[in-house]
Amino acid sequence: MDTHFLHSTLLLGSIIAPLLAGVALLFGASFGASLRRSITLAGFGIALLAAVILAANFDAALAGGYNFETKIDTGLSAVGIFLHLGLNGISLPLFLLAGVVGLAAGLYALHSKAERPHLYLGLLLIMQAGLMGTFASIDIFFFYFFHEFALIPTFIMIGIWGGAGRRAAAMEMAVYLTLGALLSLIGLIALYANSGAESFSLAALREHLAGQPLGEVVQSNIFALLFFGFGILVAIFPLHSWAPKAYAMAPTGAVMLHAGVLKKFGLYGLLQIAAPLLPDGAANWFPWIAWMALGNLLLIGLVTLAQRDLKMMLGYSSVMHMGYAFLGIATFSAIGAGGAVLMMVAHGLSVALLFMLSTCIHHRCNTFNMDEMGGLASKAPLLSALFVAATMASIGLPGFGNFVGEFVIFVSLGADTATRWLLAPAALGIVLSAIYGLRAVASIFFGPPSEAFRERWTGDAVTDLQNHEKLPAVLLLASLLFVGLLPGVLSGPASAELTHLYPEAVEVSVFDQTVRGETNAGQMEDVHE
Amino acid sequence: MNEILAEFLRGYTATNQWLAILPEILLALLALSLLAVEMASPKAARAQVGRVAFYGQLFILAVCLIGCFTGPATTGAEPLFSGMIEQSGTTQFMRVFFLLCSLFVSYLGGIYLERQPLARTEFHHLVLLVAAGMMLLVQSAHFVMLFVALETVTVAFYVLVAYGRNSVGSLEAGLKYLIMGALSSAILLFGIVLLYGVAGNPALAASSSDSLQYSALAEFISLHDGNLLVRLGALLVVAGICFKIGAVPFQIWVPDVYQGAPTPVTSFLAVASKAAGFVVLLQLVQGPFAGLGALLVPVLSIVAAVTILFGNCAAVVQGNLKRLMGLSGIAHAGYLLLGVIAVASGVAWAEGAVLFYLFTYLLGSFAVFAVMTFAAGTDDTDQQISHYQDFAKEQPFLGGVLAIGLGSLAGIPPLGGFIGKLFLFIAAFQAGLYGLLGVAILGVVISIYYYFGWIREAFFSHYNETVPTKTAILPSMRDRLLLGFLAAASLLLGLYPAALSLLP
Repeated sequence: MDTHFLHSTLLLGSIIAPLLAGVALLFGASFGASLRRSITLAGFGIALLAAVILAANFDAALAGGYNFETKIDTGLSAVGIFLHLGLNGISLPLFLLAGVVGLAAGLYALHSKAERPHLYLGLLLIMQAGLMGTFASIDIFFFYFFHEFALIPTFIMIGIWGGAGRRAAAMEMAVYLTLGALLSLIGLIALYANSGAESFSLAALREHLAGQPLGEVVQSNIFALLFFGFGILVAIFPLHSWAPKAYAMAPTGAVMLHAGVLKKFGLYGLLQIAAPLLPDGAANWFPWIAWMALGNLLLIGLVTLAQRDLKMMLGYSSVMHMGYAFLGIATFSAIGAGGAVLMMVAHGLSVALLFMLSTCIHHRCNTFNMDEMGGLASKAPLLSALFVAATMASIGLPGFGNFVGEFVIFVSLGADTATRWLLAPAALGIVLSAIYGLRAVASIFFGPPSEAFRERWTGDAVTDLQNHEKLPAVLLLASLLFVGLLPGVLSGPASAELTHLYPEAVEVSVFDQTVRGETNAGQMEDVHE
Repeated sequence: MNEILAEFLRGYTATNQWLAILPEILLALLALSLLAVEMASPKAARAQVGRVAFYGQLFILAVCLIGCFTGPATTGAEPLFSGMIEQSGTTQFMRVFFLLCSLFVSYLGGIYLERQPLARTEFHHLVLLVAAGMMLLVQSAHFVMLFVALETVTVAFYVLVAYGRNSVGSLEAGLKYLIMGALSSAILLFGIVLLYGVAGNPALAASSSDSLQYSALAEFISLHDGNLLVRLGALLVVAGICFKIGAVPFQIWVPDVYQGAPTPVTSFLAVASKAAGFVVLLQLVQGPFAGLGALLVPVLSIVAAVTILFGNCAAVVQGNLKRLMGLSGIAHAGYLLLGVIAVASGVAWAEGAVLFYLFTYLLGSFAVFAVMTFAAGTDDTDQQISHYQDFAKEQPFLGGVLAIGLGSLAGIPPLGGFIGKLFLFIAAFQAGLYGLLGVAILGVVISIYYYFGWIREAFFSHYNETVPTKTAILPSMRDRLLLGFLAAASLLLGLYPAALSLLP
């Protein structure tokens, strides 16, 4: 009883700590640099610490229910809305992801040269509070609310500290994401109104709909709202055009948190809410999901190939990789969904790392244009090593989390004859990402340096990674390897939960075996290196 | 005959509970005393009139709130003034609402008048009269009372809109408002007369000698909902009210009048006048017109859809901020109609959703209009979006209030406006208005373009050359308190919506 109180308070604290720190910094124009630093570290640090402690105490045996539940009335109880927090096997990995990427972004942002740093850090902390809240919410209204809470600072940060095209990028993102958010909000309201549960709590909805599922047409309509709403937020093809531009313009901290964590909101919503509660609707929309996901993988993959601007390339590649997660969800099986969870975590870590390193490269080359770079490896070997590692991870090299996620998704696609045909195009996607990833590495770090760049070489203008850059990078890379080598830590609770949500219990054993097999393969691979 | 008259008068005086309308009486007395103060005090002291008005209203607000918390002087069922007036939780709430509006308008009016060579006392006097009129308007339970109260409000508004007599725009707006206002009054009155005639016809069942009383009319209409005159009369009455709320196709006056009128008056029109119209509409669809749902729901649905689309699309291309606020206000009227339609189709709690939305709309709109008053410069009608370039850098406090106000109007969490929209959407969903919800979503997405565009102008710096901007007045400590209250209340209602239910 006491530990439950302690843990649920910790869960609430993981949201409140960054929020308070953020608000303090927003009004802290007069704070000194060291005070600013302590507040920032406290905000992000408490969030991660809480996530790790909660993960250590997580009881997977409660699958189907929630760990660390709390329920607070915020004055919306008349319509069945409570601040209802808790973690289950699907939310726990993402909750951890938010903690890790948040701390990395915070550590890096501390040394940002942005004007008005108190505002910059404050907004980043508010974003973090929203992220922790999103994945800790059982109540689907607050799930949405916290997402918006994290989204607003993103617009502001792009608008104030973004690159040259920031005004247009921020506007496009605002209009697109408002549309996506409203569609999903209406979908959630529809779920609430049609279920008859008189409650926005996911647990109550689940219980209610298990007893009396909705009719197929209703399911199909609500699923469409949620799919397109969430889809826009995840940048599904052809509703993706806001993402690369916004990422290219966004300041580093914002893009790490958005591309790394916040964008997973839509996928998480599909996995946790839409697919399990509306199975018939999901089945009806399967062809749409599959074809649109292929659009992400192949068309956006080709677009990525054509990019010469490093940040645009990363932006497009992050859009492309969402295709795998969509495919995993589209199989509508515990194994595919489990693969999508792993993929989301691994992708979040690797894309945050890549965006961070791209800013490090910009500091050294003064450009994002890959044609004007070259030979950076000889001056900055550590930077190049980390970038190569992150690129390999994002291509899907064994040993990193991305490989496990993609592999499990492939297995799930192959498990059913209806989805087997998707394997070939999905594999082609990996080839594409290998081509653009390796080409980028080659033109940035190897080969002769360009004329303009060579002039800066003399003197100490170009250095290797500094300590403040190393720390977050190592944190992200270590987490990535952890997911790659010990995926069971995350997939264990996830598969226990998914067994409850998705019907095919037979395939879950396959999933466990695969993951275990992969772990061994990953370790062996590591030994080889 | 004499006995009947005597009996009537006895009944009439017995229901005259003057205490029940104490706040309105106090407002009228305050308005009159302002004129006396002006005459009695030396010229130099006349600047104090605004202060007297402000603190007087604060006092009346306190009286009103005490009245709310100690419970109404009468139970709702008891007829007041022979059934002319009826009080309920809604009317108590709206009294506080209108008093808050007039408080803000007086305050902003003081700031506006400091920059203009205009008389001060009459402005405050008229604002108080409008407030008293609106408070009676929402309490009326009789069409005669409704019309008299409405005309009190409208006539005072004619003067207020044209108050800037040194500005061509204001005079033009006054004339336009006069013509359109007279037209709408005529339409409303025509509808009332038709209803009076048909419901007073002794040949028809349930006819009444006092056929303009809401409850008598409701009884009659429930029996004769197919009667052509009843339908026509009701439609004309609704059309008259649609003028006041600025719903398409009766929105034509809005942009010009909003632009020309002094900014504080614009805010009064935008918030209080619209709110009064909506509350009357709510009372009508629940009261006398309750039997006409089959007619009113489709009509109002079409009006709502067109209103949302017109308001938002027209606001997108608008560079003048006062016109933009007018057009976006039309869009808000469309969202609010969703709630009215939900009420008319039987979702009773939607009334609460409409009231909540109106209150968040009050907070958001006054925050924006207050900032506009500070930033207007000397030419009040010329307020362009480009004037706000780098606004937040020069005026961080006003910039913050502006962002919260616009964010709340746009419906961005965690601000009050978002919860307001959420309630309306849930109510509309329960009423099965799926098509209208689709239109509303489209409208909200379009509205992001201009609300966010304004915020972008104020907060995100330009790369191109600077354009001429205006210098805003630096807000004093008292101004900051008031503006801070508006912003904080928006935020509070977003995070803890139950705060509003403290008001009855």
